[in-house]
Amino acid sequence: MKILKLVDVARSSLLKNRLRSLLTMLGIVIGVGAVIVMRAIGDGAQKNIEDRIKTLGTNLIMVRSSSNTFGGVRRGAGSSRTLTLKDPGILKEQCRLIAAVSGIVSTNDQVIGGGTNWFTQIQGVSPEFLTIKSWDLEEGTFFTERDIRARTKVAVLGSSVVENMFSGQVPIGQSIRIRQTPFKVIGVLKAKGQSSFGQDQDDIILVPLTTAAFRLRGDSQYVSQIYVSALSADVMEAAQEEVAQTLRLSHKLIDGQEDDFTVRTQTEITEAFSATTQQLTVLLMFIAAVSLVVGGVGIMNIMLVSVTERTREIGIRVAVGARSIDVLTQFLIEAVVLSVMGGVLGIASAYGICYFLQEYRGMTTIIKPEIVAISLGVSVVIGVVFGLFPARKASQLDPIDALRHE
Amino acid sequence: MDKVIQTFELKKTYELAQPVHALRGVDLTIEPGEFVSIMGASGSGKSTFMNILGCLDRPTSGAYRLDGVAVGKLSRNELADIRNEKIGFVFQGFNLLPRTTALENVELPLVYQRRKSSVKPKRKAAECLDRVGLADRSHHQTQQLSGGQQQRVAIARALVNDPSLILADEPTGNLDTGTSRDLMGLFQDLNDQGITIVLVTHELEIARHTNRRVNMRDGLIIQDEPIEDKIDARQDSLNRTGDPTQEGDLTPQ
Ligand SMILES: Nc1ncnc2c1ncn2[C@@H]1O[C@H](COP(=O)(O)OP(=O)(O)O)[C@@H](O)[C@H]1O
Ligand SMILES: [Mg+2]
Repeated sequence: MKILKLVDVARSSLLKNRLRSLLTMLGIVIGVGAVIVMRAIGDGAQKNIEDRIKTLGTNLIMVRSSSNTFGGVRRGAGSSRTLTLKDPGILKEQCRLIAAVSGIVSTNDQVIGGGTNWFTQIQGVSPEFLTIKSWDLEEGTFFTERDIRARTKVAVLGSSVVENMFSGQVPIGQSIRIRQTPFKVIGVLKAKGQSSFGQDQDDIILVPLTTAAFRLRGDSQYVSQIYVSALSADVMEAAQEEVAQTLRLSHKLIDGQEDDFTVRTQTEITEAFSATTQQLTVLLMFIAAVSLVVGGVGIMNIMLVSVTERTREIGIRVAVGARSIDVLTQFLIEAVVLSVMGGVLGIASAYGICYFLQEYRGMTTIIKPEIVAISLGVSVVIGVVFGLFPARKASQLDPIDALRHE
Repeated sequence: MDKVIQTFELKKTYELAQPVHALRGVDLTIEPGEFVSIMGASGSGKSTFMNILGCLDRPTSGAYRLDGVAVGKLSRNELADIRNEKIGFVFQGFNLLPRTTALENVELPLVYQRRKSSVKPKRKAAECLDRVGLADRSHHQTQQLSGGQQQRVAIARALVNDPSLILADEPTGNLDTGTSRDLMGLFQDLNDQGITIVLVTHELEIARHTNRRVNMRDGLIIQDEPIEDKIDARQDSLNRTGDPTQEGDLTPQ
């Protein structure tokens, strides 16, 4: 009841000084607005990266061969050849948490066909590769297990390759030559648009894994990588562990011996990228928080001026019976009302700015409700903290001195 | 019945480079229902005395009993409560809140009232404005009122808590003669209704509207006597035309 009266007093005295109230709020408006916008941009960037990494594949686990200590000589990552053509099959047979497996043999080479030639990446993969990557065919068919067993000389082309070698004409049934070997084109991949990490995903030719291993590369029993798709996002870690254990057995590694391969998941890659954006977000948030504190100091400043200006008013209130706590509460409420209103305006302008960035600048921004709630909470705290000193000053005024104040 | 005011050897010294002895031992007793004027030259200590009586200030030494309560030992908050409940103070400079309506100004003490009251603050404030003849000005803002009207609002504010004592420090100091007389009529009305009033003035003419005159000089009471030739402002105003709310003065000095 009492507090309601004082809220009313604070409200009416703020309304009587509209311009000053607005100016006082400005610092908080900018501070809260900056915090929310910065955070929204950071979270937006984060989401962008997550989305892009998702395009790598579905619940993707990537296995590469890696250095292990070999007669005292340690070789660089990826330089060793430890993953064999048999490994994908073993994984497929023995791991229960995986949905699809494909070995990958990749080379880069000059490809002749369509009356021209083109330097591109050639990957030998299994039929399951399409599922793992969530890629689709635009035309024709994909090779099957039978093609793998028979080491058929067939190829599925990425759309960039079709664009460059066949001027966009559907080349199904035509022949291309890779390292003197003729391949029959049986399918074209759907274009995936601009690539996720700068490279063109459509500039690729897929051939059966075994064909690539035996006909395009000399070291026929090794694969460069193995792509595994886990059953679901929830079992990623367990699947990763299962894959590693199975490979250790397959490679006959004894206890204490290091892995001769590395298993990485999409999640880990996401986290690595997230770490960078998070650092940036923290930095931006710090700057924004500083501006919020500056806003608080602004409130304190103007409240102090206000207390001096209104000394006579305070004198009158005290003379008719206001206790110290009444005056303190009144000014504290004024400060809090100012900072909360500043906070609300700041939130509103943050929404406006984010809308603008999204609609007219093509940026992804995400305003999380908890950030809005926290900013509002912080504005209240700032109101109390920075309002307390001026309010205390007001409540300690001597009535006679205050009344005599000009 | 308790005396409304009882002071013993009240002293007030301002500790400046050279100590100023504003009050040098004031003894005064005022009974309920009295209408007292305090006179004296400028600097004689009238305001200092009134501020102590109004519990706005504390004496350096001596005792003061208000309605039988020894005020000397009370805390800042207890003094605030006494000002709120027992005293209505009227200042020379009106001391109304600017950019605030007459009604809100009158209501102000009720905002800080601690004891529960059955009457609605707005109604009580409107009633008091009616008592001072300003019912029709309740929604005017302070700066839209003439000096005399402002002082009436201040008196309504002093009345709103049903005080046992009204203290007025040169309430007519900023008003012209006609307006002053009307205001004295209002005080006489209130006194007739049983309210104790102590009023500071340096004009004998104003003092003659009260029942008892106390003279101060250099921080001491030098004379204390009943008024023999009292003027009744209301009788007088019958001869003059005019409605008390339509005063001519507009210029507080
Ligand atoms: N706050 C103060 N500080 C110092 N001296 C004061 C203060 N208030 C009043 N005085 C001095 O006390 C004396 C009495 O002042 P005051 O009570 O205002 O007289 P009056 O109201 O009769 O004109 C004067 O000499 C005045 O200068
Ligand atoms: Mg004076």
